[in-house]
Amino acid sequence: MERIPILRMGSFLLVTIQVDMHDRLALQLQDDLTQRIAEWGSTGVLIDISTLEIVDSFIGRMLANIAAMARVLDAETVVVGMQPAVAITLVELGMSLAGVRTALNVESGMELLYELRGNFRPEAEDEISQA
Amino acid sequence: MSKLPEIIRRHEDQIWSTWLKEVGNAVRRTDLMSDKEFQSQSRELLTSIAEGAESGDVAHLDGAAWSHARELLASISATRATQGFKPSETATFVLSLKHPFFQSIRKELGGSPDAMFDELWNATLMIDKLALMTADAFLITREQLIVRQQQEMMELSTPVVKLWEGILALPIIGTLDSARTQVIMENLLGAIVQTNSRVAIIDITGVPTVDTLVAQHLLKTVTAARLMGADCIISGVRPQIAQTIVHLGIDLGQIITKAKLSDAFALALQKSGRSVVRNNNGAAPVAAPKKFEMPRGE
Repeated sequence: MERIPILRMGSFLLVTIQVDMHDRLALQLQDDLTQRIAEWGSTGVLIDISTLEIVDSFIGRMLANIAAMARVLDAETVVVGMQPAVAITLVELGMSLAGVRTALNVESGMELLYELRGNFRPEAEDEISQA
Repeated sequence: MSKLPEIIRRHEDQIWSTWLKEVGNAVRRTDLMSDKEFQSQSRELLTSIAEGAESGDVAHLDGAAWSHARELLASISATRATQGFKPSETATFVLSLKHPFFQSIRKELGGSPDAMFDELWNATLMIDKLALMTADAFLITREQLIVRQQQEMMELSTPVVKLWEGILALPIIGTLDSARTQVIMENLLGAIVQTNSRVAIIDITGVPTVDTLVAQHLLKTVTAARLMGADCIISGVRPQIAQTIVHLGIDLGQIITKAKLSDAFALALQKSGRSVVRNNNGAAPVAAPKKFEMPRGE
């Protein structure tokens, strides 16, 4: 089955959405991501949607949900690279994604994550393996 | 069967010359149109009317026989609308046909009042319809002009300017409606992506009034910019507008608002980790600005 890859960069996770997002894929991503955060003790999630051109209310809600779930697992979510058309659509749909942090591109998104969470937390790995 | 077509054909020259005289007395605008142009225009129109009347149907002008007359009238109206004629002048130009028509009808049918009355009625119907058509065409041309000007204004009035690396400004001038907000939003978001800007300043100094609708449009724009990862600052809020916003109970949420564009720019610089320092070493000290004194009336 098709999956969106989740890359690990230290204590952060990097998700790049480069295919058309459909509902099942979105749910799968939600599953995988929460799993990974818990498994690796990640403190930040960066979702790059710069190639995403079509959104609907479901995808919008899914982004908000992922951020809320990550928050519960003690990780910050930053959505980066949203296209103007996508932003306009979400606003017209009445979704302001209030709990989600945003940035212009991956670089500034990473900066934001460092700012929010300080440096890497290499001990996170050890804690998990010890438990 | 109406005798009108026959009458028109027989008296065409005379109708034309009387008509020219009529129009000359009433609404001739020598400043807008030359005599020669006017004469050829009216002659052509009369010929096309005669052509149309040949079909025998003078009460309904939507048939194929009248197509030439219709097109001609529309183009005459359109050119006159752009030349600066008044609508009443253009309508009178057509309505002045009545007198010459009636004269010719009287000459032909003066002996039989019944037939004369019928033809008079036919002629009136026809000319009235022609005049109405002219008015319609005139209005359509004007409306097209207005729509075009609106579009031009919309394009002109939404520039996005770059104030500094990573700082954009969008000065809005004029009332904000849905259509304009859409254009403004698209321009701004596009510019944010292009210039990779983190801060956008929306300056509403030129917006005359802010009501709930305008505020909602502003909120939408700010939210969309935030979704893309840019911060928005609204500047140029005049005291009256601040009062209106509070009286209307509009909640601007977490949006940062500033009274002046300069304040917003200073904040934007600060946000991007920059500061403005006055530099005096080396350069000649800046002369104090001369005091401006109001000229006093003697």
